[in-house]
Amino acid sequence: MIHPIPSGTRDVLPDELRELRAITDGMRAVFHERGYGEVATPALEYEEVLTRGDTAAADPAYRLFDEHGNVLVLRSDMTIPIARVVATRYPTAPVPLRFFYLQHAYRAVRQHRGQPREILQAGIELVGAPGPEGTAEAVIVLCAALDATGLTAYKVGLGDASLFVRALERVGVPEGARPKILHELATRDLVGLERELEGVGAGELLALARTRGDVGVLEGVPEAEPLRELYRQLPDDVRRRVIFDLGLVRTLGYYTGAVFEVYDAAFGAPIGGGGRYDDLLGRFGRELPACGWALDVERIHAARLQEPGA
Amino acid sequence: MRIAVPRGALFKDTLDLLDKLGIDTSEVRANDRKLLFEEAGIITMRPSDVPTYVEAGAADIGITGKDVLAEQSEREVYELLDLGFGPCRMVFATVEGDEDPAAEALRRLGVMRIATKYSRIAGRYFERTGRQVELVEVKGSVELAPLTGMVHGIVDLTATGTTLRENGLVIREEIMASTARLIANPVSYRVKAAEIDAVLERLRAA
Repeated sequence: MIHPIPSGTRDVLPDELRELRAITDGMRAVFHERGYGEVATPALEYEEVLTRGDTAAADPAYRLFDEHGNVLVLRSDMTIPIARVVATRYPTAPVPLRFFYLQHAYRAVRQHRGQPREILQAGIELVGAPGPEGTAEAVIVLCAALDATGLTAYKVGLGDASLFVRALERVGVPEGARPKILHELATRDLVGLERELEGVGAGELLALARTRGDVGVLEGVPEAEPLRELYRQLPDDVRRRVIFDLGLVRTLGYYTGAVFEVYDAAFGAPIGGGGRYDDLLGRFGRELPACGWALDVERIHAARLQEPGA
Repeated sequence: MRIAVPRGALFKDTLDLLDKLGIDTSEVRANDRKLLFEEAGIITMRPSDVPTYVEAGAADIGITGKDVLAEQSEREVYELLDLGFGPCRMVFATVEGDEDPAAEALRRLGVMRIATKYSRIAGRYFERTGRQVELVEVKGSVELAPLTGMVHGIVDLTATGTTLRENGLVIREEIMASTARLIANPVSYRVKAAEIDAVLERLRAA
């Protein structure tokens, strides 16, 4: 008898699960060694709690009603649930707080794209450690975790969610023109970005949005000082993984400063990412700077199989 | 680097451009049926498949029309450069005559039936301009649909307008203009930044 399961979901059988566990066990050992404690939160949350302050940030794809008519959602990431945990369970605890998780998150899929609805994420949240020291710690742990998975060719793209906005301010682009410009940047349309920038006489910023490379590319960019400071705090083995990317934007709305994405040439899409979100915790009632990232364990596994020597 | 090259209207201009970059395209030009040219780093496909291959990382960069990118706007690819060739327009056309049958349908039926291969562009356009439409997706010659009375109008791509004219259709509205674009995979865009930027600089200078 064949019984179907929903598109975008799958059964994981022993051969694959053994390999996935090898990856997550390696990462878990790194997290413990660096002083991070594991947390688990419910997959189901109240919608009004998860979307508190910013509906777009949580962006839940699946909603259901409980027996009392409350609207429940399946979490779309772990960052917001952990922000809730910090405010609720650690209202006065000394900081920094260090958490890690190995949990599933749930996303909507587009038709015929082979996207998963259920994603196994491994990640950390470093709460109460401001940038650049806190950000540096998060990036260092990120590389240690990636090393533990056996990936050899990964790169970490580093950008700053506030950088382009500050550059627009510096060259005097009127506030009304900015949303259109930032939209072109967010939709990765550099032709449209050039058109919009030239429309307000700020064509020189196109080069900024296109800047990717080693630490040398930060020279002469006043807005990049926080990234230079971050770089100074990174050890050499992490530095050689870094690609600075001044046009990097992340799709989630809660990032306030440094953002990062993880690439592996063996996989066509980013295999993880994160950044600073210094305003998010405040929405849940405990104002603390924070930083974190999540890696997609299944993508790491797929990249591992593609990398030479795997 | 692997390049996704569109067969069809953009094929020749694309190969000419690759020649300028110093890529040997003679084998591609000589071979109509082969799809993968390992040595030149070229894969060939229909234009609407280019974003699919580039998004997946099966090609690092690719060339396709803005019309294709607008129709598949959710694809995670970087649009790097307007290459200028392959100009065409996305238009709304109906059967010629003083009375526009689509406007007539909207007035008397409250909705117009529109045939197209570009359902997302057409849907967004009529929604933005506040008109109720029922989209009929066709795969082949769209011009046939209004002539048979199946629909009140069409949304289609036209370069010269000749095919529309020959079938007794007139352009009522222009929706967007399109040219060929250079696109890149988001991971290649970072991991192969130097190679991609070198291509960009040479194309900008060309």
